[in-house]
Amino acid sequence: MQKNVIASATLLSTLLAAPIAAADLTLYSGRGESMVEPIIQQFERNTGINVNVRYGDTAQLAVLLQEEGQRSPADLYWGQDAGAMGAISQAGLLAELPDDIYEGLPGIYTSETGNWVAASGRARVFAYSPERVSEDEYPESIFDLTDERYEGRVGWAPTNGSFQSFITAMRVEYGDERTQEWLEGMRDNGAVTFRNNTTQVQGVADGEIDFGLVNNYYLPRFLAADSDYPVAQAFFAEGDIGNLVNVAGIAVLESSDNKDAALEFIRFLLSPAAQQYFTGSVYEYPVTRDVIQNPELEDFDRLLEVSPQIDLDDLEDLEGTLNLLRDAGLL
Amino acid sequence: MSNSAELASPAARRTPPKGRTRRVPLHILLPSLVAAAAMLVPLFYLGLRAFEADPQTLANLVLRRRNLDLLLNTLSLALGVVAMTTLMALPLAWLVVRTNIRFKRLLTILGVIPLAVPGYVMAYALIGLGGNYGVLAQLTGVQLPRIEGYFGAMLALSLYTFPYLFLNLRATLAGLDGNLEESARSLGYGNREVFLKIILPHLAPSLMAGWLVITLYVLGDFGAVALMRYEAFSYAIYTQYSGAFDRIYAAWLSIMLLAVAASFVMLDSLVVKRKLARVGTGVARPVKPMRLGRLRWLAYPYLVLIFGASVGLPTLILGYWLVLAPPDLSFFARVPGTFLRSAGAALPAALLSAAFALPIAYLTVRYRSTAATLIERSAYIGYAIPPLTLALAMVFFSLRTAPFLYQTLTLLIVTWAMASLALALGPIRSALLQTRPNMEEASHSLGHGPLSTFLWVIFPRLRRGILAGVALVFVLCMKELPITFLLAPTGYTTLAVTVFTRTSEGMLAEAAPFAAAIVVFSSLSVGFLLTKEGKR
Repeated sequence: MQKNVIASATLLSTLLAAPIAAADLTLYSGRGESMVEPIIQQFERNTGINVNVRYGDTAQLAVLLQEEGQRSPADLYWGQDAGAMGAISQAGLLAELPDDIYEGLPGIYTSETGNWVAASGRARVFAYSPERVSEDEYPESIFDLTDERYEGRVGWAPTNGSFQSFITAMRVEYGDERTQEWLEGMRDNGAVTFRNNTTQVQGVADGEIDFGLVNNYYLPRFLAADSDYPVAQAFFAEGDIGNLVNVAGIAVLESSDNKDAALEFIRFLLSPAAQQYFTGSVYEYPVTRDVIQNPELEDFDRLLEVSPQIDLDDLEDLEGTLNLLRDAGLL
Repeated sequence: MSNSAELASPAARRTPPKGRTRRVPLHILLPSLVAAAAMLVPLFYLGLRAFEADPQTLANLVLRRRNLDLLLNTLSLALGVVAMTTLMALPLAWLVVRTNIRFKRLLTILGVIPLAVPGYVMAYALIGLGGNYGVLAQLTGVQLPRIEGYFGAMLALSLYTFPYLFLNLRATLAGLDGNLEESARSLGYGNREVFLKIILPHLAPSLMAGWLVITLYVLGDFGAVALMRYEAFSYAIYTQYSGAFDRIYAAWLSIMLLAVAASFVMLDSLVVKRKLARVGTGVARPVKPMRLGRLRWLAYPYLVLIFGASVGLPTLILGYWLVLAPPDLSFFARVPGTFLRSAGAALPAALLSAAFALPIAYLTVRYRSTAATLIERSAYIGYAIPPLTLALAMVFFSLRTAPFLYQTLTLLIVTWAMASLALALGPIRSALLQTRPNMEEASHSLGHGPLSTFLWVIFPRLRRGILAGVALVFVLCMKELPITFLLAPTGYTTLAVTVFTRTSEGMLAEAAPFAAAIVVFSSLSVGFLLTKEGKR
C-alpha cells in the first residue's frame, strides 16, 4: 500500500514534464552516464547553467534527432563516433561553430565542415593474449590478419560503430575493392564475429580468440577491476589504418534556442580540466597536449605518430560501408 | 462462443436475445476501439516511412537471400524457445497448483523472478559462465565451452520467458473445476486420459496465449540474441538503425517482421476455442492436491535444475560482479531513487494495460464477431513491433499532434501500455473463458447494473487473471529499454537504462547493483501482487 502511495506521488509530480527554464541546456548524450556525469556536474558548478541530459545509444539518439527535426528540444548532441556526427551533420541539423573553437587542435581532431568538434579520442588497437601469442606473431598491419597463421584466431565486431568507422577509413584510404578483398579474406580466414569491444576482450580472456580488433580504452577498464586480466594490447606499425583514431564529437543543434550556453559547454569540454578528466579517468586520448598523460595509455605524441592521417569528414559514407559489409554477408 | 441453453425467465424478455446480434455496451466497445486506434499509429508511421524508400535500393535490401536466412534462423529460434519453455513451465505449474508440494508461494515467486532479469544480464550470465576465464573456471577450475550461438540464444530467451507461460498455465489450472475431473474418473478415465481429454483442452487457450507471447518476444528481442551472436531478424533491424542511422529500410524490415508476427497471430486464432466455462449447477470445487509420494525424487531435482539456471545463474553473476569490484556506497544510495522512477512509470503502465485488456477480452469472449476478433488481434501490433520502431512512431505522432505530451511521463506510460497490451490480454482472457456468462445474466436479472455485476460477480473471478496481467506488464516495463531511451522525460533515468549504459561501457561491476535492484524489486512487487490473489 505504502509503495503505491509513493509511486502515485512520484507519478503525479512527473506526469507532465517540468517546464525547462530558458537558461537550461538539454544534452543528448550517446556517451554513458558513468563516464560523462562528473564532467557535466563540474560544468554546472562552474557556470550555474543547469544541464538536462538524455542518455541513450549514440545511433538511436541520432535517429531520434532526425525524427524530431526542427522540433527537437535538444541544444547539444554528444556522439560516440565520427560516423554518427557526420550523419546528423549531413541531415542539416547542426549549427555552425565559430572558428576559434578549432584553434590548437591536432589535425586528426578537426572536422572540415566546421559544425562539430572532437571532444576526446580513441585509438583502434589489437588486443591479444600474451599467453598464446608470441612476439613474432604481432601483426605489422591489419592487412596481415588474412594470413593463414591467423586462421580462426581473430575476433571482430562488424555491427559495432567504431569498427564501421574504421572500415569507412579503410575505404577512403585504399578504395572499395581492396577493402572488400580484406573483408572477404578475413571472413574466409574464420574471423569470429562479436557484438562489440567488451565481448571481444572477454573472448580473448576466455581463449575463444587470440586477437581482437578493439578500441584502446576497454582493456584498461578490465585491468582496473582485475590487474591479472590475461589480455594485452598494442598498435600495428606506424601509420597503419588499423590504428585509426576515432573521436567522440560534440555539436550544437540548429534548432537550439540557447546556442550561447551550448557553445560555452563545448568550450568547457575542450578546456584542460575536462581533457585531464577524459584521459585520467576514462582512458581516452585528450585533444590537447596541455594535460598530464595517463601512464596506462600509449604516449600522446606516439599516438599522433602511429595514427593514419584521415580527415574525419571523409568518414561519412556509412551507407557505402554497410553495403560492403552486407555484400560480404557480415550484416 | 457462448450458446448455452437459455432458461426462459421473466428477465429473458427484458434482456435482448443472446448471440451475435447482441449490442455491445459502450463501456466495452469504446475502450476497445481506442486501443485498436492507438495501434494504427505505428502502422501509419511505418507506411509513411516505407514509401520514402528509393525502389532500387529497396529491392536490393528486401529481396536478399539473406533475409530468408534471417527468417529461418528466427523461426527455428522461436520453435526452440517454445519447446524449451513448455518443458519448463508446464510441470512447474502442475507441481505448484495440483500437488501437495511444500513452499508453494516461494515456488510461485521463484517462477516469476526470471522474468525480471534483463535479457542482456541473462546473456552475460551464460556467456560469463563458460570459457577458460569464465566464472566457473575462476571459482572451480572446471572449464565449460562458451555458451553461444543458437543454443545460447535459445537458452537465454527460454530462461527469462518461461514465466509468461507459467503464469498463464497456473491461473488456468487454479481455476479449473475439480468436479469435471471427478466426473471423468467416475466414468473410468485413468490419470492419463483425464490429462489428455479434460485438462489439456482446458489448458489450450493459455498454452496458445503463452506460446504466442513468447514467440512474438523472440521475434523482437535483440539483447540476448545479439550478445549470443545469433543472427535473427531483429538483429538486422537494429543494425539498420544503429549502423546506418536509417529509418526507411528499418521500416521495411519492421514491416517484414510484422508480417511474420501477423501469421503467428492468425495461426493462434485458428485454434478452435471450445466452450470452457463450467456448465451445470453446483459450486466449482478446487481440486484436491495430489500427493507427490515417490514423484518427489523427480520433482525436487527438476525444480533445482530450473531455478538454478533461471534464478541462480543471474544471481551468481551479479554477486560475482559485486565482489569483483565492490561499488562505493554512493551507488547504493542512488538505487532507491532510480527504482522509484522505474516503478513510478511501470506501475501505471501495467494498470493502464490491464484496464484496456479487460474490455477487449470481454468483447472477444462475450460478444464474438469478426470485428471483435480484429480488434483483439490488433492489440498484438504494439507487442510485435520492434520497440525502437514503436518509440519512433510515437515521437513522430506526439510532436505533430500533441507536442506538450512529448517527452513526458504520460507518453512513456501510454507507449509502454501499447507495447504490453497483448501481455495483459492473455491471462485476463483465459480467466474470462472460465467464468460462465449466465452468472452475469443471473446478476442482471436480479436487477444489478453492469457496474455492480462486474464488481461483485465478475471481478472476484477474474482477479487472478488481472493480477497476473498486471504483474507481467509491470516486470516487462521495469526492464524495458528502447522505448525508455527515446520517450522518457530527459533526465528520467530508470534502472534498466543505468544497467545498460554501464554494461555497454564494459563497467560490469558498476552495473551490478542496479541490475540486482531490477531483479529484487520486481520480484518483491510480483510477490506482493500474488499474495493479493487469494483474498476475497
